[in-house]
Amino acid sequence: MSDSDGKGRLTVLKTYKLYVGGKFPRSESGRVYEVTDAKSRWLANAPRSSRKDARDAVVAARKAFGGWSGATAYNRGQVLYRIAEMLEGRADQFVREVADAEGLSRAKAAAVVEASIDRLVWYAGWTDKIAQVVGGANPVAGPYFNLSSPEPTGVVAVLAPQQSSLLGLVSVVAPVVATGNTAVVVASETRPLPALSLSEVLATSDVPGGVVNVLSGRTAEIAAPLAAHQDVNGIDLTGAGGDAALAKDLEVAAADNLKRVLRPSGQGGPAADDWTQDPGTRRMTAFLETKTVWHPTGALGVSGGSY
Amino acid sequence: MSTSTPSPLAGVASSDSTLRRFLHGLPGVDPVGLEARAAALGTRSIKTTAKAHAIDLAISMIDLTTLEGADTPGKVRSLAAKALRPDPSDRSAPMTAAVCVYPDMAATARAALGDADVKVASVATAFPAGRAALDVKLADVRSAVAAGADEIDMVIDRGAFLAGHYLDVYEEIRAVRAECTGHVRLKVIFETGELSTYDNIRRASWLGMLAGADFIKTSTGKVGTNATPANTLLMLEAVRDFRAQTGTQVGVKPAGGIRTTKDAVKYLVLVNETAGPDWLTSHWFRFGASSLLNDLLMQRQKLRTGRYSGPDYVTVD
Repeated sequence: MSDSDGKGRLTVLKTYKLYVGGKFPRSESGRVYEVTDAKSRWLANAPRSSRKDARDAVVAARKAFGGWSGATAYNRGQVLYRIAEMLEGRADQFVREVADAEGLSRAKAAAVVEASIDRLVWYAGWTDKIAQVVGGANPVAGPYFNLSSPEPTGVVAVLAPQQSSLLGLVSVVAPVVATGNTAVVVASETRPLPALSLSEVLATSDVPGGVVNVLSGRTAEIAAPLAAHQDVNGIDLTGAGGDAALAKDLEVAAADNLKRVLRPSGQGGPAADDWTQDPGTRRMTAFLETKTVWHPTGALGVSGGSY
Repeated sequence: MSTSTPSPLAGVASSDSTLRRFLHGLPGVDPVGLEARAAALGTRSIKTTAKAHAIDLAISMIDLTTLEGADTPGKVRSLAAKALRPDPSDRSAPMTAAVCVYPDMAATARAALGDADVKVASVATAFPAGRAALDVKLADVRSAVAAGADEIDMVIDRGAFLAGHYLDVYEEIRAVRAECTGHVRLKVIFETGELSTYDNIRRASWLGMLAGADFIKTSTGKVGTNATPANTLLMLEAVRDFRAQTGTQVGVKPAGGIRTTKDAVKYLVLVNETAGPDWLTSHWFRFGASSLLNDLLMQRQKLRTGRYSGPDYVTVD
């Protein structure tokens, strides 16, 4: 980010903001913190969220849950695909931001952005297929249909990976919303800018406001109230992976209302996160409940013959 | 409560012209100043123990309200149960001030509340429009009082008020007042959203107090604009000035649109800073609300446990 374009014109710097309930507020606390690139050069000021921002984001996510979980899986797939389309159109901006944030060459950053777009398309395809994989008709010893179908857990707090600022982010957020959950995302603490820009993509991609909420700031500060929040149903601790003590504290706090907890890599999850690999369905099933219903078949057996 | 016109203002209601002269002689309201004052008082920071006190006070001031066409006896009973024990997980949560229902539900509410110190408030006088003949309105009030209502929330005839027929409005309030026998207290609803100007709200406040209202209430909750900090501030100034002139204290009840703890605390600040601490009791200040209670309870749980609570932990109304 240079201050001028060489022709004497000052470039217009962007004010990065949070994304809560489909709107772009500043932090309620009014705080910001400096974000630097891989070489410690100043890039921008990002909002430093407080616990009240986290609370507001949960309220927004809860409000959006009914509509999003009730939308058809096919429709959710369309919306996710739309995010990929929008991201493709703004790829240049994201290549620049990822290159700055992660210290990558332009070519490598471009590969990361492309992988992120492909990841969204991949999860878009999964929205109406996951039910066939993890649900099904169960054989039972009686005149019943016994059907299991996956249902979203609810509001999920997602601590995005600290290192992979875009591909890692997309890889943890997309599976949560693909299955009908709504998300409160805590962006990477030191590399939040791609996440904050991604929220602009989400806002223009038919994603209903509140389905994804993005907060930036100190991960430990924002994660603690989210983990203890009684109206959050699940928490993905990926972003707390570098701090075993923090991850443990968060898991203990989350136990109070029986949140589903997805542990970070190396602490019950896979040994390490490689975001370029095929993600499998692990992250989708982590935040799904299985609902099983019994339904009479109508066949009443021998004694029912007279009916 | 005295039902006669207090002496310093004797004679102002003797005719339409004297009443008009008095009401139009009230100082004009500076809308910009009023709204700025209300906004400034809304910026006070109320934290920790003060906040805990404010939350309990606000809960004890709520007229827990259900005024829907779809009200059933079952819904009124569950509302009464909630008024008696707002937070079943915490017995230290105070009871609300009253349950506010339509007249035909007043008996149900009375029976459900038993002899607990929660009042039954009933709207009456063809609520919310108030468009009915006087004898119909009075019969409405009588039925509510007979069913055991402790408080009557009447609506004024906004049509007559806006047409300038102040004496008609005055006489109607007096007639309703006369039906409130025994210890029944009368709340007079102005429907501030329909009065158009702050000057009209000030005039209506004085008109209601002159006619013997025990409470003046902003609105029905059935129109677009309900209670706002500014119109409540204006009414608080009116009750303060009325007591200074006549010695008679009148309560204030903002209703409609107050949904969050933050809003409720702002109103309490307005009360304390305008009318004074004398009004900081459920006898003189009320909130007409329903969803507000759940937010207060969630905040209360947050203060008690340190964790943010959620809608799963309060009752669904």
